[in-house]
Amino acid sequence: MDFLNAIILLLNYIFVPALAYGSQLALGAIFVTLIYGILRFANFATGDMMSFGTMFTILFTWYFQSVGIGLGVLPTALLAIPFAVIFMVGYMLLIDKFVFKYYRINKSPPVQLAMVSIGVMFVTQAVVRIIIGPSDRRFFDGEKFLIRAGEFKDMTGLSEGLAIKSTQVITILVTVILVSTLFWFLNKTKTGKSMRAYSDNEDLALLSGIDPKKIVMITWIIAGILATIGGALYGLDKSFKPFTYFNNMLPIFAAAIVGGIGNPFGAFLGGYVIAFSEILLTYAYKKFFMYVLPESMEPDGLVQLLSTDYKFAVSFSILVIVLLYRPSGIFKGKVL
Amino acid sequence: MRKNLNVIAAYSIMMGLIILVGIFQSWNIALSIFNLCLISAVMTMGANIQWGYAGLINFGIMGYTALGGLAAVLISVNPVQEAWSAGGLNILFSLFLIIGMVLAVRYVLKKYEKSKTRTYIIATIIILGIILIRFVSEPGIEAIEEVDPAKTGFLGGFGLPIIFSWIVGALFAGGLAFVIGKVALGLRADYLAIATLLISEIVIAIIKHEDWLTRGVKNVIGLKRPAPYEVNLQQTDWFINLVEKFNSSKLNLISDFAERQAALNQFVIEGSSIFVKLCYSGLFLVVVIILLILTQKALYSPWGRMMRAIRDNEEAANAMGKNVVKQHLLIFVLGSAIVGIAGAMLVTQDGLFTPGSYRPMRYTFLIWVMVIVGGSGNNFGAILGGFVVWFLWIESAPIGLYLVNLTTSGLDDTHFLKVHLIESVPYFRFLMMGAGLLLIMRYRPKGILPEKIEIK
Repeated sequence: MDFLNAIILLLNYIFVPALAYGSQLALGAIFVTLIYGILRFANFATGDMMSFGTMFTILFTWYFQSVGIGLGVLPTALLAIPFAVIFMVGYMLLIDKFVFKYYRINKSPPVQLAMVSIGVMFVTQAVVRIIIGPSDRRFFDGEKFLIRAGEFKDMTGLSEGLAIKSTQVITILVTVILVSTLFWFLNKTKTGKSMRAYSDNEDLALLSGIDPKKIVMITWIIAGILATIGGALYGLDKSFKPFTYFNNMLPIFAAAIVGGIGNPFGAFLGGYVIAFSEILLTYAYKKFFMYVLPESMEPDGLVQLLSTDYKFAVSFSILVIVLLYRPSGIFKGKVL
Repeated sequence: MRKNLNVIAAYSIMMGLIILVGIFQSWNIALSIFNLCLISAVMTMGANIQWGYAGLINFGIMGYTALGGLAAVLISVNPVQEAWSAGGLNILFSLFLIIGMVLAVRYVLKKYEKSKTRTYIIATIIILGIILIRFVSEPGIEAIEEVDPAKTGFLGGFGLPIIFSWIVGALFAGGLAFVIGKVALGLRADYLAIATLLISEIVIAIIKHEDWLTRGVKNVIGLKRPAPYEVNLQQTDWFINLVEKFNSSKLNLISDFAERQAALNQFVIEGSSIFVKLCYSGLFLVVVIILLILTQKALYSPWGRMMRAIRDNEEAANAMGKNVVKQHLLIFVLGSAIVGIAGAMLVTQDGLFTPGSYRPMRYTFLIWVMVIVGGSGNNFGAILGGFVVWFLWIESAPIGLYLVNLTTSGLDDTHFLKVHLIESVPYFRFLMMGAGLLLIMRYRPKGILPEKIEIK
C-alpha cells in the first residue's frame, strides 16, 4: 500500500505536471527549431511571439464570454485559438515581409538575423504590453479538474490523492494531435518534404524547382500555429504574464538545442527532457522516502537536490553537458 | 579635424539635448540621465570590444553587471562579526572543498587520456563534491541567515572604500568570463549568444537566492559613498556660501531677511543633490576617459589589427599563426571585465544593491541596442550609442505621453482608449527601441558613427 502511495505521489507531483509543462515547451521548441532549420537564425523573439498569440486568444476569449458563447466544461479559449491563429499568422507574415525578408534576400549572416529578431522582440513586447498590459491574467473557465485529489482518495482508498487538472489533459491531447499532424505533414506531403529538403540543402532544393517563397510562407504559418497554441496552453495551465513568456524562451531554447536544433522530433523530445529534469531535480523527495523506506531510515531534510529557485540552472546545465559531449544534440541535428 | 566633424557634431547634439532637459525639466534629472549615460557608455565599450573588435556575441552582460554590483557590496559593507563567528568556518571550509574539487578535476583531466572512464571519474568527483559541500555549508548558511535577518543575515564585506570595488568588480566579471569562455567559446555565434544568455540568468539566480552572500531579494541598502552626503553638505559653511554666490542675483531680489533665508535653504537643498551628482559625474567621466584612451590605443595597435583580422577571416588569421582561441578568450575576459566595472559603478551611484532589478531587457538587450545603434567597432560610436539610447529610454515616456495626448486630443479625457493609452505610456520605450534598432539595422547597418579604420 505504501508503495502504491509513493507511486501516486510521484505521478501527482512529478509525472503529470512535467508532462504538461514538457508539452508546452515542446511546442515552443519545435517553433524555434523550424525557424532555425528553414529560415536559419536563432529567433530571440520566441517568447514574445508566443505571448502575442496568447494575447489574441485572451482577447477572443473575453469577447466570446461577453456574448455568452462557451464550450461548457471545456475552456472557451479552445474556441478562441483558431481565430487567434489567424491574427498571429498575419502578424508573422507581416513581420517577415517588412523585416526578415530583406536580410534573407541579401543572404545576411545568421548573427545579423538574430540581432534583427531582438528588434522584433522589443516591438512585439511593446505591442503586447500596450494592448493588454503587463499584469497577470487568468482566462481559464469551465471545469477545473478532471479528477480531484479528494475524489481519487475516496475512489481508491489510498492516502495520497491524485489531482489531474483538465488543462493538463487538454495540453497533452492537443500537443499529441498537433505534433502528429505536423510530422505527418513534414514526412508524407509534398510540401512538407520540400520543406525538409530546403532545410537540408538550400541550393540543391532550389535547383530541383522548390519555390523558396512558398516554403518560407508555410514555415511562418506553421510557426504561428505552434506559437499561438503553445502559448495559449501555457497560459491556460498557469497564467498569462508577458514577462514569464519572455523568460520561458530560455528553457525553450535549451529544449531545442538539447534535442538537436533543426530536428523537429528532437525538439519535441527535448521539451520533455528539460521539463522532467527541471522537476525531478527540484522536487523535495521527503514524503516519497517516508512511504518507501522503513520508519527508522526516514530522512530528516527535504531530500531536495536543488532548490526550486534554480530551475533555469538545471536546463542550462543539461545544455552545457550536451554541448560538450554531443554538440549536435541528442538526436542528430545541425552541428553548430 | 575635418574628418572628425561628424563625431563632434553628434556629441554636441547629444550634449545639447541633455542641457535642454536641464533647462526645461530640471538639472537634477539632466544630471542623473548624464550619469547613467556614462555608465551605459562603459558597458557599451565592454560589449563593443567583444562584438566590434572580435565579433564575439555576448548576451551575458546582465550577469557581469550583477557581479560588479556584488563586488561593490562585498567590498564596501562592514563585515558582520556575529555571522562570521556563526557560520564563517563552514563557508570557508566549503570554499576550500570547491577549490579542492576543481583541482581534482583538473588533475584527472591532465593525467588521463580522454575516455569513458575519465568522464565517469569526473562526474563522480563532481557529484560527491556537491553532496559534501552541501553537508558542510548547510548548517553554516542557516546560522548566518539567522543572525538578525531584518538587518543583516549575511556575511557582509570587507568594509573598504567602495571605489576599490570597481577594480574588484572587473576581476569578478573577468573571472566568470574566463570560465564561460573556456566552456562556450568554441560554439558558433548564435549558439554562443544563447549559452551566455542562459549563464547570465543563472548568475542572477544565484545572487538572488544565496542570502548568506548577498541578502538576496532583501536587498542591501545604504552602501558607502565616494561622494559627500546631501544632508552633511547642507550644513557645511563653504557649500552654503558657494550656493549663495551662485544664486546671488536671484537672492538679492528678495529684500525680506526671513524670506531670503527660506529661499537660500531651498537653493541649498537643490544644490546639494546637484553637487553630489556632479561628484559622481566627475568620477565616472574619469573612468570613461581612461577606458576610451586605452581602448583607442588598443584598437590601433598591432594587437587591434590582429583582432580585426581574426574577426574578418578566422581561418586566414589562424593560418598566419595567430592563436584564435587564445585571443578570443582574452577579449572575452577583457570586455566582460569592463562591463563588471560598469556594474560596480551603477551600484555605487545608487547606493543600493537590488538583485531583483537585474532583467535581461534592461541590462543585456538594451546594451546591445546601444552598441548596434551607435556603431560597432567604433568606440566613439559605442559611447554615443550609450548616450542616445539611454536618453531615449528615459525621455520616451514624456515623448510618448505627448504623442498620445496629441493623437487622442479629439477624444474625451475619460474615453477608455485614451485612459488605456496613457496608462501604457511606459511601454512605448520598448516600441521605440525596437523600431530604432530595426531601422538602423536596415538603413544604416554600421550604426550612427560607423567603424573607420585609418592606416597610419
